[in-house]
Amino acid sequence: MHTLLEISHVDMVFPAPQGDFTALKDVDLKINKGEFVSLIGHSGCGKSTVLNVVAGLYQATTGGVILNGKEVTEPGPERAVVFQNHSLLPWLTSYQNVELAVNQVFGHKKSKAETKDWIEYNLELVHMDHAMHKRPDEISGGMKQRVGIARALAMEPDILLMDEPFGALDALTRAHMQDSLMEIHNELNNTVIMITHDVDEAVLLSDRIVMMTNGPAATIGEIIDVTLDHPRNRLALAKNQEYNDLRSEVLRFLYEKQRKVETIKTTSTKTGSKKTIDSKRVA
Amino acid sequence: MTTMLVNRVTNIDFLKQGRKAAVKKVVQGLLTPVIGIAVFLILWSFTAQTIDTSLGKFPGPAAVWEQFDGLYTEHTEERAKEAAFYQRQEKRNEKRLAEDPTYIPKTRAYTGKETFVDQIGTSLMTVMSGFLLAAFVAIPLGIAIGLSETLNKAANPIIQVFKPVSPLAWLPLVTMVISAVYATPDPVIPKSFLVSVVTVTLCCLWPMVINTSVGVASLDNDLKNVSRVLRLPTMTHIKKIVLPASVPMIFTGMRLSLGIAWMVLIAAEMLSQNPGLGKFVWDEFQNGSSESLSRIMAAIVVIGLIGFLLDRMMLQIQRYASWDKTSDIR
Repeated sequence: MHTLLEISHVDMVFPAPQGDFTALKDVDLKINKGEFVSLIGHSGCGKSTVLNVVAGLYQATTGGVILNGKEVTEPGPERAVVFQNHSLLPWLTSYQNVELAVNQVFGHKKSKAETKDWIEYNLELVHMDHAMHKRPDEISGGMKQRVGIARALAMEPDILLMDEPFGALDALTRAHMQDSLMEIHNELNNTVIMITHDVDEAVLLSDRIVMMTNGPAATIGEIIDVTLDHPRNRLALAKNQEYNDLRSEVLRFLYEKQRKVETIKTTSTKTGSKKTIDSKRVA
Repeated sequence: MTTMLVNRVTNIDFLKQGRKAAVKKVVQGLLTPVIGIAVFLILWSFTAQTIDTSLGKFPGPAAVWEQFDGLYTEHTEERAKEAAFYQRQEKRNEKRLAEDPTYIPKTRAYTGKETFVDQIGTSLMTVMSGFLLAAFVAIPLGIAIGLSETLNKAANPIIQVFKPVSPLAWLPLVTMVISAVYATPDPVIPKSFLVSVVTVTLCCLWPMVINTSVGVASLDNDLKNVSRVLRLPTMTHIKKIVLPASVPMIFTGMRLSLGIAWMVLIAAEMLSQNPGLGKFVWDEFQNGSSESLSRIMAAIVVIGLIGFLLDRMMLQIQRYASWDKTSDIR
């Protein structure tokens, strides 16, 4: 297996009026082709920042990201992003949302019929072919996220970046979505980086779980290899010893080693910057 | 038994409530506005009787109503005169052509006075032309300002200074500049019309630029990121993402503009004696006949109704153009 993506000693410093804020410190990670990697950590630890650096939406202060031997300097469709809140264009139908991406990425390389087939294929993949011509406000949250995934898949990306894709969904819908995602991953074998704060989701879906320390100056704490066989079944795994061991390992990391203590400030502004959250590292 | 009884009681209550709600709806939707108008008309006619002016009593609703009839009859009579004039002219030309085949027929335009209906047409034409001209300039400019922080910083002070200036203050300058620049002996478009149009454009410009730029600048960050990931070229980005997202704000600006434009135009026509409803009002005032006041009042009612209809028209276009059909546009 060869390395597809390399995150190389990335530091991320945001300038702030009260002084610079170091969000990430020396994040270093190699990802192989076909691998499903989860990034897990407490909220505010900089998971999304890592993803945004890989996507090219942020530029790393030092260090960088190399995809297929080339440095990433700007966003691009070869690193498709599935956003947390779906980010579908509300004035376009599901079909048109995917179409916009397909037309932009493939342009004239596909004929009209090929384009149509490709859009429909991707919507079928996420089981959204029945609501192709509905607009986002006419479908449920889970369905919107499915369309978001179809749009990303339709770009035929080298790597799929998912920023807490199921975070805003209820538990049952989330389980459905995870099953769909596993199904797609088994079929297409794409390379995926997924941010999550759900321990079960991380163990169920990933080949590797990358656990991040608390910010500021967050970095990779530990990495767990998940060697469970594919395809995985959530019911069968519930009683699986290895699965439960992995689960408790992640939990231990999050709630013992990286326990986050937040003192609740009553006077300060609720929506203040990351600095107002007084977090302590107990590790 | 008792529970059944209770259920029945509540059912009857529900029915009563349902009927109450329906009655309330009719009252609020139809009856209340009618009562409002009636009260206004009564107050108007009583107050009107108590006001004496040098041109007679202040016109009440009845006097104004009569004027509508009079103004329309005047219009049809004027049209008949015009038709008769052209008929005479044609006959004359035919006759001369029969006597002398080398004669080149002359056609002169009818130069009768413009009626109330003509003035309505002129004003509507002016306001729409000025409004559309402003939209052609303001919307692309607003998009550019909304997209570029630099351009926003550069243009903002100028916009903020010119925005509160009444377009009527521009009127003398506009008149002089158009007379100087548009100096053709036989203009296709009358100069007076052009002056009014430019004045309307000047007052439409600012609300449209500001609203469009705010709409564009407040584009959702996630949608911007979608565009960046797709590497959409600037024009596609504007067409597919920026424009649809800012349609609601653009239309808000357009409706504001049209409302202001209609008010300003009437004043500009009064001030500059350019054809239109404003000129009609001013001419009636100068005329000073016993009917003048009621004719002015009739014009005011018409101006109000047209303003209202223009706004409704924009609302309908906005409803049609907006993708967000669930939002309550009013």
